Amino acid sequence: MRALLLCVALALTGVAAAVDTTQPLPSPGLQQRYYQLTHELRCMQCQNEALADSSASLAADLRVQVRELLLAGQSDDQIRDHMVARYGEFILFRPRMSWRNAWLWGAPTLLMLVGLIIGGRILYARSRLVGSDEADPNDESRAS
Amino acid sequence: MNRFLLPLAAFVLLLVVLLVGLRRAPEKSILPSPLIGKPVPQFTLPNLFDTTQPVSAESLKGRWLLVNVWGTWCVECRAEHQVLLQIKQQGRVPILGIDWKDQNEDALAWLTQLGNPYERVATDGDGRVAIDWGVYGAPESFLISPAGTVVYKHIGAMTEQVWDSEFLPRVDAAPARVPGTTGSGS
Amino acid sequence: MLVELGHYALILALLLAAAQAFFGLAGPALRRERWLAVVPSAACGQFVFVALAVGVLVHAFINNDFSVRYVAENSNSALPLFYRVTALWGAHEGSMLLWILVLTLWTMALLARSGHLPSAFAARALGVLGVISFCFLLFTLATSNPFARLIPAAPDGRDLNPLLQDPAFAVHPPILYMGYVGFSVSFALACAAMIEGRRDALWAHWMRPWTVMAWAFLACGIALGSWWAYYELGWGGFWFWDPVENASFMPWLIGTALIHSLAVTDKRGLFKSWTLLLAVSAFSLSLIGTFLVRSGVLVSVHSFAADPSRGIFILILLVVMIGGALALYAWRAPLMKSAAGFDFISRESFLLFNNILLTIAAAVVFGGTLAPMISDTLGLGTLSVGPPYFNPSFLVPILPMLALVALGMHARWRRGGLGQALRPVLLALGVALILGLAASLGVYAHPLTLTPIGATLALWIILSALIDPIERLRRRQPLPASLAGMSIAHIGLGVFVLGITFVQSNTIERDIALKPGQAAQLGAYQFRYEGGQDIEGPNYEGFRAKLTITRNGVPVSVLYPEKRRYLVQGTVQTTAAIAAGVNRDLLAALGEDVGAGAWSLRLQYRPLIRLVWIGALIMAIGGVTAVIGRRARGLAPQGALAPLEDGAR
Repeated sequence: MRALLLCVALALTGVAAAVDTTQPLPSPGLQQRYYQLTHELRCMQCQNEALADSSASLAADLRVQVRELLLAGQSDDQIRDHMVARYGEFILFRPRMSWRNAWLWGAPTLLMLVGLIIGGRILYARSRLVGSDEADPNDESRAS
Repeated sequence: MNRFLLPLAAFVLLLVVLLVGLRRAPEKSILPSPLIGKPVPQFTLPNLFDTTQPVSAESLKGRWLLVNVWGTWCVECRAEHQVLLQIKQQGRVPILGIDWKDQNEDALAWLTQLGNPYERVATDGDGRVAIDWGVYGAPESFLISPAGTVVYKHIGAMTEQVWDSEFLPRVDAAPARVPGTTGSGS
Repeated sequence: MLVELGHYALILALLLAAAQAFFGLAGPALRRERWLAVVPSAACGQFVFVALAVGVLVHAFINNDFSVRYVAENSNSALPLFYRVTALWGAHEGSMLLWILVLTLWTMALLARSGHLPSAFAARALGVLGVISFCFLLFTLATSNPFARLIPAAPDGRDLNPLLQDPAFAVHPPILYMGYVGFSVSFALACAAMIEGRRDALWAHWMRPWTVMAWAFLACGIALGSWWAYYELGWGGFWFWDPVENASFMPWLIGTALIHSLAVTDKRGLFKSWTLLLAVSAFSLSLIGTFLVRSGVLVSVHSFAADPSRGIFILILLVVMIGGALALYAWRAPLMKSAAGFDFISRESFLLFNNILLTIAAAVVFGGTLAPMISDTLGLGTLSVGPPYFNPSFLVPILPMLALVALGMHARWRRGGLGQALRPVLLALGVALILGLAASLGVYAHPLTLTPIGATLALWIILSALIDPIERLRRRQPLPASLAGMSIAHIGLGVFVLGITFVQSNTIERDIALKPGQAAQLGAYQFRYEGGQDIEGPNYEGFRAKLTITRNGVPVSVLYPEKRRYLVQGTVQTTAAIAAGVNRDLLAALGEDVGAGAWSLRLQYRPLIRLVWIGALIMAIGGVTAVIGRRARGLAPQGALAPLEDGAR
């Protein structure tokens, strides 16, 4: 909470950027990429906010940089690399696909596989008990 | 009985992770800088005191240097100012200041009033160069080797303890001069 | 003087909690009836003293007693009275006190409604609650004393964080805690069942209403937090997968699985060990969440002031509470096997996969939340995980789950598939498909791939949930509250999914600088900036802008976004202006004064966003409906004074 307020306070103290980042970029394609990138990059002065959402002065400066790099014709990956080279992987909200992050990205699918196997086995075991199960004292299904 | 122990085992594993995470928590705010071990970023900035002599990356070479990013608007910078003055007194490592997102008049007034620990001050009005250095909150201090490589980064106010335990040992571990260049180390 | 009384009250509460815990657990174990009788008194006493402590602190806030450090840090004489009271939970120490108060409230509720429970069982459950209470009181007194004095007293306070000076914020933490902490009752009942080594599933029947109530409160609390973030933080987001948000969402997901699992255990005695594990996990996640946000281990917009020494303390408490419960589980769960069976297509099989998928979803959120820390610990570098990871990953288990809901509702217990309900359900699917496609391609154009899928699933769930009630009403048969509640809750789910689907795919957002008289176009809506003026409030000053919105030339709304600077802390806050509507929200928030009379603005068009919170509210209403109308099960009522039973071992 305090970090968030720090961001907002810093916004007041920062000198206004020379470039007006609020003018739309020349093409809708660039504008869309700008939107994407500024939502994917973290504001380093704030806890857990994207560049697009933060009013900190550093965020404003970084948005200016993203604009300039886009206008200079750099690709999305080049821009991400540019930022990572200066601030480290932490500046990315979306962890990059790499062998090191494989466990994170693969986790949901892996869990689904395990879940399906477990569920399947239970299902199989229980379905074989249907005919022969004793009247369970708590079993009301026949009564309902 | 075996599989019912799994939740407990998983919990113990989680505890270990949380414990380690907790022990490292104070360092959490210090993210490793990707610049460590790399040459200083290229830049040329105006000189606060002498507009005819801009400060460039090249001039950072030749001796051990402390680069300190600061601003008059920054509360913690005021707190570390004393320590910087002491470092200047010590005379072992000169300090280059980068005045980040600030006004020249304010900077001059501040240094006149509080004392000037800096050998030179470069002004980064729009913050572009600070981004190249990966700065995200003042004050930050970098230790630059005579070869012009970033050796260490400290985030937050400089303290005597940090200076003595992190910066000086690195200076002592390596020769004070790059052979073939002149320098003022001692 | 009064303040110290508050402190002593807490200490007394601590002792009473210890008594409650000891007599509640040792009494039945050693078969001492007199000890059982102590438990209700200890619990009541604990409640009284905690309430007293809270009263003292509220009193200190109202009277601007800045000699109390907590008051000095979170209040100010210029702060309106209402917020001086709600500042009670504005920071760590006070919110811990609130946590404990809510725990005692639930304890009292359990005590009041435990008449039909066997006395030993009730005593044990209350004993477990006493252990939890003791742990939290100990933690509060040792590390987070809200009654610490500030000497010399501050002349005035530092003021409450302006973001928190808001009516919705006032209600959000208490309601959230009612949910969060409410799962402690299910936890306590589960522990009592495990301690006793019960082989029957009566405990499941007893646990259901408590679980549903806690779940309903938590749903409301989360929705409120989301809504508050939406209009308060100024940029239209309502869910950030922030660690603190995740900390409340995970117990809710597991709580949902628990409710469904309890139904199976209650009805057929199946899934006993699963249900027990879920009951333990729901509250454990609440506890772990509490740890995560207060120990500085995670980075979050939300987190309280980080203090690693507190973290160690909480970890030790976690070992006692969660470790204890899981050890109990490892010991007793093997006894719980049942021999009942069910068919491949049956209510049980649907709920089995419901359990599995919800657990996977909670695990994904858990993993993503802890990933940065794990990565750091293992030396794999600093990872940062945000919405771009959570959004797709969360859908992996949730989309299949949503597909099962409409069918699962009608599956018959044990065997027989969907029986006669199959045809109406498939018909509903057809209708949903048509409507969903129409909505995605027609009304809201430019769909993403998932838009028609989400819309169809949402509509299918709603229609399917209506089948049974409509059928009963048609045949003039009575509609039991449990069925009504279930239908309402599922409709709420459908409404929620509908909202999320369209808000994610059809939001339009523009950041633009406008001079007075200039306008921006968002879809069919035009936002025109008319200029603004400086304003002053009780403890702030700022600027208020005026925007008129028209749709195809027809005036729709006028918005007044503000930018405020709070005088005491000097912090700046953006107050977004929202033109709300069920079918869409229109937002305007001020950015910066860019000079020459122009301001940068963030403008948004958000279709169906209200459905997100309305859906959550409907889900909660469904839950409450089911609980209130619960039919008695025909168990011989046993009062709290009934003799200890045999065979409870």
